[in-house]
Amino acid sequence: MDGMPDEIRARVQDHPCYSEDAHHYFARMHVAVAPACNIQCHYCNRKYDCANESRPGVVSELLTPDQAVKKTLAVAATIPQMSVLGIAGPGDPLANPARTFETFRQLALKAPDIKLCVSTNGLALPECVEELARHNIDHVTITINCIDPDVGAKIYPWIFWNNQRIHGRKAAAILIAQQQKGLEMLVAKGILVKVNSVLIPGVNDEHLKEVSKLVKAKGAFLHNVMPLIAEAEHGTFYGLMGQRSPRPDELKALQDACEGDMNMMRHCRQCRADAVGMLGEDRGDEFTLDKIEAMNIDFEAAMVARAAFRAQAMAELEAKRRHKEKASQILRFQPRVAKPAGRPVLMAVAAKGNVVGVHFGHAKEFLVYEAAADGVRFVGHRKVEQYCAGNETCGDAESVLERSIHALAGCEVVLCSRIGIDPWRDLEAAGIQPNGEHAMEPVEDAVMAVWREMLAAGKLEPKPSAAKCA
Amino acid sequence: MALEIIESCVSCHACLALCPSQAIIETRPHFLIDVGKCSGCLGDFADAQCAAICPIEGAILDEFGVAMNPPGSLTGIPPARRAAAQAEIAAR
Repeated sequence: MDGMPDEIRARVQDHPCYSEDAHHYFARMHVAVAPACNIQCHYCNRKYDCANESRPGVVSELLTPDQAVKKTLAVAATIPQMSVLGIAGPGDPLANPARTFETFRQLALKAPDIKLCVSTNGLALPECVEELARHNIDHVTITINCIDPDVGAKIYPWIFWNNQRIHGRKAAAILIAQQQKGLEMLVAKGILVKVNSVLIPGVNDEHLKEVSKLVKAKGAFLHNVMPLIAEAEHGTFYGLMGQRSPRPDELKALQDACEGDMNMMRHCRQCRADAVGMLGEDRGDEFTLDKIEAMNIDFEAAMVARAAFRAQAMAELEAKRRHKEKASQILRFQPRVAKPAGRPVLMAVAAKGNVVGVHFGHAKEFLVYEAAADGVRFVGHRKVEQYCAGNETCGDAESVLERSIHALAGCEVVLCSRIGIDPWRDLEAAGIQPNGEHAMEPVEDAVMAVWREMLAAGKLEPKPSAAKCA
Repeated sequence: MALEIIESCVSCHACLALCPSQAIIETRPHFLIDVGKCSGCLGDFADAQCAAICPIEGAILDEFGVAMNPPGSLTGIPPARRAAAQAEIAAR
């Protein structure tokens, strides 16, 4: 994100999905107005209905454009951090052009301060570019998993194209051509394009490096490589056929490999097509249709509140950025040491906003940072709650604590505001040092402080066996 | 010549706009086909449009009551594999 040109950074600095810094401050929501899809992906199952599941393509309640507008205005009045409205499904937004564009049309009139964005598989993108530009859509996300039809044939069983269902390699070739054409057309219009890719071990892992190079060359400004989510309970092809998901260290290795070529996004939470709130939280339950109906909303006052919040958040972000820039300039003037002392360490943080603010036992996710001599780098997040496929599998055998420890594999420290004695003992036994001494401190400062303590205590000599971490 | 949508339909709307005869009825608990209007797309398209885009195996039947997209034909999941997985999950 630091490598972004100023012009693009200015356009995404209040977009939680596009700017890692912004996601601590700003909130987004998706409205589920787009049920139909024009392709099938092997990681997707169109029988989407479990309220306990959190993954793309899943929603609880489908909305009409009018309902979606109502919901957006209600959320934007309740959550002043709301800066972005996205349409992401549960099908493909551009396979539902009437519903998608009607929602955008109304919102551009009624909440002009809210940024509109859309994500798509790209099949119908070229024919929609004009209309996207007309509705002032500033950001589009295209999911591009491959640029080689032979790889695509292992990901997409069919597409619907020119009134026919087309299978296999031929289908993948058409989809890939449409995605690339759409990408070029959007860039030519000055619309920001982010590319999402699903990392599927053994299918497209090595191939994604080529994808990253190509989409960057064509003008995409950000690449978001996400891990495949595949469980038999989801009923997807990959889930049922035993295709495994990548481990966190595999995901990080690929993101690192692509980073030389372009800006990589690492804070994606792969949210539902009806998610509401800050990334990593979902307040959708507060805004069901019947609850919205009962709300009394002052739209004008809400917009004023959002503007006030935005001004304050932007000032904080700008101050933070200057501080970082200054710090990096100071570093540059210091004499280069051949090898900086101390190895990099992965630390997990139970964060609330930008501070170490969550009790270990209450954390639903941990942010993972890599600390080293030259600073702290955000590398991803780990979810604690497992995906669920319904009542019969919801109450399961593995305890929350065991799942948390499992999710933290590769991390050497976990920072939280507080922690109980039992989890403390179990974490230590698992080789993860709990740390509650930095409660309510800014996350990056706390991580750096712990790293320096470890360095001073002589804990950061290279460890040949355990040094490789996720 | 009318086709039929049955209860496995997930109401994804994909067929709704495609039908050249406006025979799809948007209703609950799932979509239906108006038998008086459905032509099976004869004279309009080579393939019945609802069956050509429907993502759910078995949800659309032809005039003989036969699934137009039989198990395994859309997802590539062998029916035996699906059955085995369901049994495994139920046994947990």
